[in-house]
Amino acid sequence: MLVDIVILFLAISIVFYFLFGGADFGAGVLEYFTGRTHRQTIAHAIGPVWEANHVWLILVVVILFMGFPRLYSTLSTYLHIPLVLLLLGIILRGTAFTYMHYDAIEDRSTRLYNSLFRVSSVLTPLFLGIVVGAAILGRIDPEAETFYAGFIRPWFNGFSFSVGLFTIGLFTLLAAIFMIGETDDLEEKEVFTRAAGRVQILTVFFGIMVFGSGYAYGLPMLQMFFNSWIAITCVILATLSLPLLWYFLKRGDVLLTRLLAGLQILLVLGAWFWIQAPVVIRIQSGVNLTFNNTVAPEATILQLVLALIVGSCIILPSLYFLMKTFKGEQFSQRSDSRR
Amino acid sequence: MEDLLAARLQMAISLGFHIIFSCIGIAMPFLMAIAEYRWIKTGERVYQDLAKAWSKGVAIFFATGAVSGTVLSFELGLLWPRFMEHAGSIFGMPFSWEGTAFFVEAIALGLFLYGWDRLRPWVHWGAGLVVGISGVASGIFVVSANAWMNAPAGFDWVNGQAVNVDPVVAMFNAAWLSQAIHMTLAAFVATGFGVAGLHAILLLRHPNSRFHQKAMTIALTVAAVTALLQPLSGDFSAKDVAKRQPAKLAAMESHFETTQPADLVVGGIPDVDAQKVDYAIRIPNLLSFLAHGSFDAEVTGLDAIPRDEWPPVLITHIAFQLMVAFGMAMAFVGLLFLFFRWKRPSLLRKRWWLRLVGIMTPLGFLAVEFGWTVTEVGRQPWIIYGIMKTKDAVTPMPGLQYPFLFFTFIYLVLSVVLVWLMRRQIMTLPQKYESVKYEQ
Repeated sequence: MLVDIVILFLAISIVFYFLFGGADFGAGVLEYFTGRTHRQTIAHAIGPVWEANHVWLILVVVILFMGFPRLYSTLSTYLHIPLVLLLLGIILRGTAFTYMHYDAIEDRSTRLYNSLFRVSSVLTPLFLGIVVGAAILGRIDPEAETFYAGFIRPWFNGFSFSVGLFTIGLFTLLAAIFMIGETDDLEEKEVFTRAAGRVQILTVFFGIMVFGSGYAYGLPMLQMFFNSWIAITCVILATLSLPLLWYFLKRGDVLLTRLLAGLQILLVLGAWFWIQAPVVIRIQSGVNLTFNNTVAPEATILQLVLALIVGSCIILPSLYFLMKTFKGEQFSQRSDSRR
Repeated sequence: MEDLLAARLQMAISLGFHIIFSCIGIAMPFLMAIAEYRWIKTGERVYQDLAKAWSKGVAIFFATGAVSGTVLSFELGLLWPRFMEHAGSIFGMPFSWEGTAFFVEAIALGLFLYGWDRLRPWVHWGAGLVVGISGVASGIFVVSANAWMNAPAGFDWVNGQAVNVDPVVAMFNAAWLSQAIHMTLAAFVATGFGVAGLHAILLLRHPNSRFHQKAMTIALTVAAVTALLQPLSGDFSAKDVAKRQPAKLAAMESHFETTQPADLVVGGIPDVDAQKVDYAIRIPNLLSFLAHGSFDAEVTGLDAIPRDEWPPVLITHIAFQLMVAFGMAMAFVGLLFLFFRWKRPSLLRKRWWLRLVGIMTPLGFLAVEFGWTVTEVGRQPWIIYGIMKTKDAVTPMPGLQYPFLFFTFIYLVLSVVLVWLMRRQIMTLPQKYESVKYEQ
């Protein structure tokens, strides 16, 4: 089915945004854990690739409004406020990072760019998580009669904020693990490894908060996981891979730790989607929105599939070339150092 | 402030801000490619320095454009969810291609900016060219989506629902070609004069800088050629608008009464209540010719349009007049430049010439802003021409003046920071490139 291809692309875009964009945002948060001495290493690692990462989000938006217009219009109507704050984060972060890098003169302004960059690195994933949480919580209410019920209550609650904090945790963990492989300095590796450990504890804590607040807000998370064998498999695998992640982290195997960290994100997202599938957005009063009841006409889906497939045939080789040009030599260096 | 007005103003400010960066993103890569090409061919350092100096500016502008574009892709839904709910599946197709084009642009720009030492010269040059080509493609896709709002196609509107949707017909709607040509040329004219003007101003301060001379020549050549083509494309657009959107043309020209033949109104201030234009120059029969290609053709006036479907006449008229005036001024300077280059090269170093080019710096961008004002305000009260009114598309969320003020503030701050950053880039130029090292 053509729609399934579109959903697959949507899923891939979301996963990639969480992976690459996530590591990118996390890198900004990471400074809170490692201190400013490692700022240069971090900036150097994300410099050449951040703009390409950014595009995954645009792809998500375009697939939503072309393929599933009512999902897009519902989210953007009732989650207007958190989306605006998410955009604020995106604006501040993108501009601060580039301006910092390209400002011709280094003076006190660098400090300002840096603090804006760090603050917005926290802000953006927080509101990204809040939006994701609000979509599943089921307080979006097209029949709401007050401003509070319609535009605040759906997202301004403990559950959505817990999901936001959990997202920050995941992104930072990803960044810490990514950064370990980006430096050759043993002492610096140690700093990032320690940060990864602390962030992981925080992330697990935030994950428990998501579960707890879910119950408080009427979402029986545990039962929901058991509703779908895919969801529960994802959770079990994610839990089992944690000790593995630690083992390879201790051994200093960069590639495997990165893959395992990426797998964590994939499993969390997979579990998240499958506990509520086929529902994408829960609605307080009325019919929940699914891909099926919001899908665009067939002719549109066909064109969307065409654009996505031809687009990937152009994008993937270019992306590979970009990565090879800038990250390639680190790969070879790493295998050298292990030998 | 009324919610609808706030939403429209927020959209206008976001688009008006973003369009500057789109223009730069479309045209600058080609200017850099010309400079780098000459460097590879001649081995003269000045060209590589020029390409590098420009690329710093481009990096700053591109990042700003990328985020303001992301903001727009959300704002379509944040402000006009009812429009997007219907239109998304019809006019979304060009956006799906734009996604690819923008992706390629971002990747190629990464290669270009960070790859000076890592790529072979021609590969690096090619990456720059890809940035430009995908920038042009991006622009055309987005303009095609906008053109659909002016010339809706590819669906049947039955009881407030779109049926028989055909996104390909929607993408290649009646307005896409004329709008795409006009906008693409405008991007080159605006950026060309913007860059040439800046370097002309710097040449007034450092008259012997080979760096600035080369920069000005490259930028002016591109600007001159495109500025001379632009009136032709404008004529094509005008004839197209006359056929499809008579109300917009009538507002552009403050043509209140249907007449045959019709005079061209140049300048002036329309008095909508009295249905006349004060202080205008009238050229007999010219509007008939410009709109329909014949000096005695009938031109539909606003009297043929129901009063509640008139676009705001004053804004559309003044914006159109200013766009044309600036466009003509730039075409004239472009013509002068080509003539001087051909016959009187010595004049190109005169101070009065540098001042003239310096004055041109903002003109192209202003013309772009006014042109978009004509397109968008001239389409009102419709968001989808003849199908859906703007007031029926706006989000039900109250208090829209707050996001409007918020985004206005953000864009204002960003603009100030950008000007300040550019100043700092330029301030450091003398140490880098304006020294005597290029002395022949």
